[in-house]
Amino acid sequence: MFFTYLYRELSNRRKQTAIIATGMALAIALVIIVNSVAGGVKAAQSTVLQSVYGVGTDITISQTETPSSTGGRPTFTFGSGGGTTSGNSTSLSQSSLSAARGTATFADSALAKVEKTTGVKSAAATLSLQLNDFSGTTTQQGTSGTTGGTAQQQAPTGTATGAPTGGQGGGGFGGGSFSFDQTTVSGVSVTADAVGPLTSVSLTKGRTFTSADAGEHVLIVDSSYAKTESLAVGDTKKIGSTTFTVIGIVKSTSSSATTGSDMYMPLDTAQKVADLSGKVSTIYVSAESSSDVSTLKSALEKTLPKVTVSTESDLASSVSGSLSTASSLVSNLGTWLSIIVLAAAFLIAILFTVSGVTRRTREFGTLKAIGWSNGRIVRQVAGESFVQGLIGGVAGVIVGIVGVIVINVIAPTLSGGAATTTAGGAGGGTPPGGAAGGTAGGAEGGTGAGTGATGARFGAQVASTATEVSLHAPIAVSIIVIAVALAVIGGLLAGAIGGWRASRLRPAEALRSVA
Amino acid sequence: MYSLKDVTKTYVQKKRTVTALSKVNLEIPTGQMVAIQGPTGGGKSTLLQMLGALDKPTSGEIVLGTKTVSTLGDSKLADIRATDIGFVFQGFNLIPTLTALENVQTAFARSPLSRDEQKARSMAALESVGLAERADHLPSELSGGQQQRVAISRALVKEPSVLLADEPTGALDEATRDEIMDLLEGVWRDRGLTLVIVTHDSSVARRAERRLHLKGGHVKDA
Repeated sequence: MFFTYLYRELSNRRKQTAIIATGMALAIALVIIVNSVAGGVKAAQSTVLQSVYGVGTDITISQTETPSSTGGRPTFTFGSGGGTTSGNSTSLSQSSLSAARGTATFADSALAKVEKTTGVKSAAATLSLQLNDFSGTTTQQGTSGTTGGTAQQQAPTGTATGAPTGGQGGGGFGGGSFSFDQTTVSGVSVTADAVGPLTSVSLTKGRTFTSADAGEHVLIVDSSYAKTESLAVGDTKKIGSTTFTVIGIVKSTSSSATTGSDMYMPLDTAQKVADLSGKVSTIYVSAESSSDVSTLKSALEKTLPKVTVSTESDLASSVSGSLSTASSLVSNLGTWLSIIVLAAAFLIAILFTVSGVTRRTREFGTLKAIGWSNGRIVRQVAGESFVQGLIGGVAGVIVGIVGVIVINVIAPTLSGGAATTTAGGAGGGTPPGGAAGGTAGGAEGGTGAGTGATGARFGAQVASTATEVSLHAPIAVSIIVIAVALAVIGGLLAGAIGGWRASRLRPAEALRSVA
Repeated sequence: MYSLKDVTKTYVQKKRTVTALSKVNLEIPTGQMVAIQGPTGGGKSTLLQMLGALDKPTSGEIVLGTKTVSTLGDSKLADIRATDIGFVFQGFNLIPTLTALENVQTAFARSPLSRDEQKARSMAALESVGLAERADHLPSELSGGQQQRVAISRALVKEPSVLLADEPTGALDEATRDEIMDLLEGVWRDRGLTLVIVTHDSSVARRAERRLHLKGGHVKDA
């Protein structure tokens, strides 16, 4: 009789059943989608962090950059004879390797202190550098000669400004074309394989570093960068005045992310060519136990008071870009929306159930009159609400899974970069130079300085290459179970309240109320 | 048999105390057919609810057979209603979403019988009132008289010792009224149960062995 009565009630009160189930389904679907997207965003953040910090890194140690008067901008200075002149054209080319913008270096003796700290499983130091390549051609009006000047690039987002000043004799500035290329280079320990940037890459060609590579001029190159620059194993690459040999090509272990650096070289080599001997920019630390990370962080902060010690959760908050926006959206709007819709669904279920009990006063009064106990009536009402919640839960799971599948099919690309590391720029443009401008002092007597050429626009273009990750929202069985449980709890809650109302009906009063 | 001693029932309505029954003393022997008449608000339905263990008196004592129902808790009262007492209401009070057969089956609230046995007995009860072919119909698909027959089947299927009917013909036309009364009278005679009918209809009351008049909370034999 219980199931017959339940089935008849639900099938004959389809509208109420549909409203309660729909409300519950929407709430459950939202819970599933928000949780799946949150899981996807978290995985994406982890991917971004791994691509930058490597797999297994629990803590990173770095130093906050102190703003310099020049803002850390790379400067290219060309003296007389700094370019090669041919006819009226002068070719300029220069590259520099310096500490990456946004990072500061500190003494590599810190690594030994870190390794001695209790709770440290392994540690590795890196030096993040940026390679700035500047090249271009200027054209001179009138007399040809050697051009000297200073160009300063307003990196990373601005436009290079400046112009050759003080032309020695000859004509004025007649325009030019310049390109600026910025590449990220990491100096890594050739022996550290448990922690560090190279733990999140896989070798596609060539070989990785060995201890014999210490101090050698060898490079491991990211596959995307290698493709752009047409580099292969065995090729050479000039960095500054040093020629390096490519020994390996790597790609990110994540199919949806790029590696954290364009090129990798031995740490001691990087320190030498960047003129940063004894300096590192980041130490990667793997803790012996993941549960002791916060304790280890405190110990490291005590050991190295002048540096910044960040755990993985600290780093997650440093991830920027659309990934950060998505994370914020999911954790704030998504969670609150889920809670509000869930609460609304519960409220709807409760109100409809209580309303149904009120409408069925005569029915319950009659059942009590023919001997039904309070417990049996409560079970009947709760059973109906339970099934309504269950229907809503199952429908919500289906809608939620479909929603997650749609998200995964669309697979929106999220970009993210870690604020504590360099998001190096690759590429560079060669926009046309400005029209000839300025006055040519030398045009009138062959002496005097050309002054103030204006209009030459250096086409430096620095694009931040944040790691891009395709969002994949996982569907966890536990979330489905929790979602269905929530729907059932909602149904049971409504049923309990409705049943309690029904059990409080005095049979005589219930019958009298309809008399 | 029923024995009522100084039964008083008062209600509080809008801060006003209303006395529905006032020191009612009444004996109803087993197997008697009793009709209760009186003006509206005279306490007829209240008396029937006391007899049916639906409510407890404010004071006084009600004994059904050997059970003092006026002192029992809600659970025990539900037990008595489930086994000893059958109800028939003026408005039939069938569950609208259940078929005629299922409505009759609801009477087995605390029956040790198997589901098949309950179903067989319910079907037999419907057959006894001539509604076997309507067993699968919803109440909305039945006439008033047919609905009341289903209600009577529901009241009798558990074989109670007492059948209480509150205006059982109040919503029926004259012809149907006579059919229902013939049915109730036949059951009363065949089963020897105690039948108490509350009615405004003198022609219904005249069929009873005993007629009680209830006015102002006081009862007396008519």
